Amino acid sequence: MGSRLLVATRKGLFTFERARGGWRPTARAFLGDPVTMVLADPRDGACYAGLRHGHFGPKLHRSEDGVTWTEIGTPSFPEAAEGEERPSVDTIWSLEHGGVDRPGVLWLGTVPGALFRSEDRGDTWSLCESLWNQPNRPNWFGGGYDKPGIHSICVDPRDSRRLLVAVSCAGVWQTADDGLTWEQTAHGMEADYMPPELALDPDSQDPHRVVRCPVAPDRLWAQHHCGVFQSVNGGRQWTRVVLPGSSFGFAVAVHPRDPDTAWFVPAVKDEHRIPVDGRLVVARTRDGGATFDLLGDGLPQQDAYDLVYRHSLDVAEDGATLAFGSTTGNLWISESSGERWEIVSHHLPPVYAVRFA
Amino acid sequence: MAFLAFTPNLARHVQVPAGRWAGRTVAEVLREAFRLHPRARGYVLDDAGGLREHVTVFVNGHQITDRVHLAHPVSDDDEIYVMQALSGG
Repeated sequence: MGSRLLVATRKGLFTFERARGGWRPTARAFLGDPVTMVLADPRDGACYAGLRHGHFGPKLHRSEDGVTWTEIGTPSFPEAAEGEERPSVDTIWSLEHGGVDRPGVLWLGTVPGALFRSEDRGDTWSLCESLWNQPNRPNWFGGGYDKPGIHSICVDPRDSRRLLVAVSCAGVWQTADDGLTWEQTAHGMEADYMPPELALDPDSQDPHRVVRCPVAPDRLWAQHHCGVFQSVNGGRQWTRVVLPGSSFGFAVAVHPRDPDTAWFVPAVKDEHRIPVDGRLVVARTRDGGATFDLLGDGLPQQDAYDLVYRHSLDVAEDGATLAFGSTTGNLWISESSGERWEIVSHHLPPVYAVRFA
Repeated sequence: MAFLAFTPNLARHVQVPAGRWAGRTVAEVLREAFRLHPRARGYVLDDAGGLREHVTVFVNGHQITDRVHLAHPVSDDDEIYVMQALSGG
């Protein structure tokens, strides 16, 4: 894992591979179609692509070789009772494997804010009704999209029954029993877009992206709408971390073997959403958030208007190779932990997600 | 049986040849077509069985208004076109 990069964009899925002299495009799929999520499953080598056709709705495809794709099951809501509204899946927004001990199990988050589970590599899906039926779920609200959405799914590698999902906007939810029961755990997060009395309300939090360190699963990082937060107790309590310049952004990546090292791509809050002073940087901490380096070597340092969406920053298993793509269609890769960046393409469609495979 | 044809852009994803299908309403005609081409259903209809937001249906040149139940009546001589709305691209 780490020599191949999958890039999901507004106009297709592009594959880049490390070659002599740099990273080169080697495959493309779904040309012209929006690809909202991609997953390379390390358990069996399969790749999954979530599409969102402008006219024909969301679809899910699977590839065994990364080249040829087959449409598989699209998650959908079950039949509604008479008189009740039956929602529709709008966007496949997150997709993760269900743990190395459970081959074939996948978790998928959608807009609207629903979680689906597959036992058969995505051929069929079932709604996680216990989360969908949370009493306060009708009060969840949209962030980024008009409707709420589940964008982050973190399976605990110590126990695959333990799952954390993050919702824009409904905070952080966790289950310890494979999705039978759920608990809100966005305690400590703070939302300045709410009235003062609701600023600390866990259900009102907008974590843009949450990631978990694989070797230290109790250590998590969150890029929130109102700053960066980290947790050292499995996501049950969150503490604010202040970045130099701006703490606003969407993406975060954590080092696979060092929970103190994480990367962010800051932007100007809130309506602007462009790099601070037109200078694109990656913020990196290596000491658990005590200090940050703003890394811009190889990135445009003036007149840059790139925004990096929440799934568009990834770190490879080596902990040194990183990639991020922007709404402006630029794709950069670093093989030095972010110290130096190389442009891979200036000409992609807007980037929705990047993932090393 | 009513004549039913789909926007050519659907063929990029699912092949549903134009043809004649039994049914007294748009919903019934579509149900018959999807019986033979089940994968097409999810491209045209949403989870609740209504028309996807950016799909439209014309019967004899008139756009139907019942997008939820598709109860617009049809007869054997009618022509149904399932098209994409320009808003969805």
